[in-house]
Amino acid sequence: MMLNNIFLLLRQELILCFLIFLLLFIKLGKERSNESLLNLINVLLFINLAAGLYGMGEGGLFSGMFSTNPLIVLEKNILNLAIWIISMQSYAWLKEHKQVAEFYLLLFTSLLGMFFMISSGNLLMFYLGLEMSTIPLAAAANFDLTKRKSSEAAMKLILSSAFSSGILLMGISFLYGTSGTLSFDILTAHLSNNPLQIFAFILLVSGFAFKISAVPFHLWTADVYEGSPVAVTSFLSVISKAAVLFTFTSILYKVFNPIASTWYAILVVLSIATILIGNLFALRQDNFKRFLAFSSIAQVGFILIGISGSSLQGSASLVYFILIYVFSNLAAFGVVSVVSALTGKENISDFKGFYKTNPFLSWVITIALFSLAGVPPTAGFFGKLFLLMAGAAKGNYGLITFAALNMVISFYYYLRVVKAIFMDENDQPISKLSIPKISKLAMYICLAGIIITGLASCIYDYIYSFSIGL
Amino acid sequence: MNLSLLILLPLLTALAILISKGLKQIRIVGLVGSFAQLGLAILLLKQYMDERATGNTSTHLFEMNYTWFKALHINYHIGIDGISLAMILLTSVIVVAGILVSWTMDKLSKEYFFLLVLLSMGAYGFFISLDLFTMFFFLEVAVIPKFLLIGIWGSGKKDNSAMKLALMLMGGSALVFVGLLGIYYNTHTFDIVEISRIGISAGVQQFFFPFAFIGFGIFAALFPFHTWVPDGHASAPTAASMFLAGISMKLGGYGCLRIAALMPEAAHSYSWIIILLATIAIIYGAFATMMQTDLKYINAYSSISHCGFVILGIGMLNKTSINGAVIQMVSHGLMTALFFAAIGMIYSRTHTRMVAQLGGLLKAMPFISTVFVIAGLCSLGLPGFSGFVAEMTVFMGSWANPNGYYRLATVLSAASIVVTAVYILRATGKSIMGPISNEHALLTDANWNEKLAAGLLITGILIIGIAPFLINQLIMPSTDVLMIQIEKAITLK
Repeated sequence: MMLNNIFLLLRQELILCFLIFLLLFIKLGKERSNESLLNLINVLLFINLAAGLYGMGEGGLFSGMFSTNPLIVLEKNILNLAIWIISMQSYAWLKEHKQVAEFYLLLFTSLLGMFFMISSGNLLMFYLGLEMSTIPLAAAANFDLTKRKSSEAAMKLILSSAFSSGILLMGISFLYGTSGTLSFDILTAHLSNNPLQIFAFILLVSGFAFKISAVPFHLWTADVYEGSPVAVTSFLSVISKAAVLFTFTSILYKVFNPIASTWYAILVVLSIATILIGNLFALRQDNFKRFLAFSSIAQVGFILIGISGSSLQGSASLVYFILIYVFSNLAAFGVVSVVSALTGKENISDFKGFYKTNPFLSWVITIALFSLAGVPPTAGFFGKLFLLMAGAAKGNYGLITFAALNMVISFYYYLRVVKAIFMDENDQPISKLSIPKISKLAMYICLAGIIITGLASCIYDYIYSFSIGL
Repeated sequence: MNLSLLILLPLLTALAILISKGLKQIRIVGLVGSFAQLGLAILLLKQYMDERATGNTSTHLFEMNYTWFKALHINYHIGIDGISLAMILLTSVIVVAGILVSWTMDKLSKEYFFLLVLLSMGAYGFFISLDLFTMFFFLEVAVIPKFLLIGIWGSGKKDNSAMKLALMLMGGSALVFVGLLGIYYNTHTFDIVEISRIGISAGVQQFFFPFAFIGFGIFAALFPFHTWVPDGHASAPTAASMFLAGISMKLGGYGCLRIAALMPEAAHSYSWIIILLATIAIIYGAFATMMQTDLKYINAYSSISHCGFVILGIGMLNKTSINGAVIQMVSHGLMTALFFAAIGMIYSRTHTRMVAQLGGLLKAMPFISTVFVIAGLCSLGLPGFSGFVAEMTVFMGSWANPNGYYRLATVLSAASIVVTAVYILRATGKSIMGPISNEHALLTDANWNEKLAAGLLITGILIIGIAPFLINQLIMPSTDVLMIQIEKAITLK
């Protein structure tokens, strides 16, 4: 019975462990060509995703250390989807790389850490998962082995994560000191508005804010995004952020609901700062990865507004938005990744006149940017508006107006890229690129996701049916 | 009839354009699609009138209601009344004319026609929606095509104009969205029919009316948010200018009207501001037009002035004035589209839009010149054309209000017609009459497609101008219903 339970509830983690060991064996065995290895891994990742979709368990393991429910399974599936897409998009880059197996080992380990973090029922487990997900990523950020910038990015990532983990740990230890427990279920009963606990909570939130790069804890983001290989950048900006946001939301809703009014105020301040600073800095970026870094900071601000709604709608709109964000951000990164792997160009100004030579890639990135900006009929429109709708449930219309008007600012910088692609003249545009078939498949999946996730309301209703509120 | 056809047809046309090859195929597909839309709209009119003739007095006909996002109470609820039907007819006529005048667009023609059709889909969807969220969805669907149309195919400082237009319109929709959220959290529904049945509480109305009204007002060139209009229209390619002035600005006017009907108490208490802004727009627009030397700018600024009448009519909040506002929307749509079409035809031949460089065009291209004069005369409100009917109705409605402030606004607005006459007569006189320069003497007159486009628009203008009872018959019953709602709310107060 117990074993059955483990296989059902830990299904997604076990498959991932299996993949990690499989990769190790492959690496130990005879040399394989990069192409065959990559194809194998992509197929395995697809199986991983498909296996995750099968069946929903609910329950806890290891005396409450690990718990899962349909919403958590769904969240993990979203992450599985994202890593599959990223893997397909990095084909052109990894094909030339010497350490393919190691790269995937690092990514899988990090993902495994995230799975444990999302499922954690105890602050200790949560912290272990978080560290397990961060440290391999720092190594992965260094994977452009010949580039100095890549090492710089890795160094910055590991230092800032260490710092934020320190803050987080301090918060956790204060909480332990005041309540005498690390388990989520028991902790809730011991929470009150006593100053030390509030202080501990603020430390905890700061740690989270570091990971999701909310202002004023965002300073590492742009440099790390710029220096890392595109595959790692997309992993950081989509998967790692999504995992932390999922955990953050469930901890806020389930554990910290006795001090909901405190964290509402904190979320409001954080989201205002995040949206504004993210937007203002995104206005003037020329490097595509930096640009997407700042735009993703602004997106996090919107997500925080949705979370602050603290209702069923709040958590549903968060998961829904992340799903859309996976499709739209990865579509944009996919194009940048292909262009960067084949030409080495990463600046927005290099994309001038791109439409004349690469109409397909241009449409992909344009639709992706429209989705990020929140323009119908793309899914981003629904995602963003539902976040604001969830936030508006609190009746704080000043905040909502502020966010809505900031959507207009963000519109400007997304349109600036579209303008460069379609309207600007360029004597030497990027020449016609031949895209690997598998990357093209990933782009088609993203495009389909961008269109269908929004218009097909059943997806939202499906997510909503699992959601948790305060 | 299933109203979803109005969305489906443009969608299918757009997809067909995507798979067709070469300008010749693409434009045929576009034309067939747009004529099918026109046919559908006329069929809809017939069925609508038949239905009304049989004594069906429900507010909206051909209603359909499907749940879209169940958890959020968002429905795909569609249906039309006379006002929306008038707008649908206007849209379909302008789409046909717009496709016809783009007959020789050889730069990226596939994308061009695709975007035009997409824009029209947004407009149809907007006009048939009875759910505020769906309506908002379609409102925004129509923004991006405008940006791309101006930015890629435009002329002059097109980048700037495209960006300005897109950002201002997005700003407008952001405000609309906040207003809609306010309504939603008060009534827990986005459904227009439901909301007008439940009613929005007075405090919420006072707070959220400005958001929604200004938001839609930006689309309708409400002063002081009109600044996207001149640049946007002037930089856009001909068909896009026609769509912008003929369809897009009407989205705003229609939205304002719906919002005023949903929040009548707030509309009543804010009416003095609305009227003030409308009057300023009318007078300022007229005087600004006098100073323009570029034909497109002349028409764009005069649009600000003419759209002011729409806002004025809505702000006056009585039956006649709102009727006038609706007629003015249709009339202005047809007339400006005609004007822009004529300017486009002149520009494609002479390669200039400057009044000073034109002259005597009547000798070289009598047809285009006549079209130009007709558009001008309609714009200055000559009896027999639609402009006269529309403006007269607005003035009669607004004069009916005995308050001195309202009377003053009416007088000032009416006086602007004199200014209109000055700039219209001057522009047409200078470019059409007088001696013709040698290089222009050999230019050819309109082609069949241009003649057909102009003919369609002129037919519309003449029908309203000569037989205004026809359009009144269509829209009056619906404005009556709106007014009953509004008056009930105001008198209760």
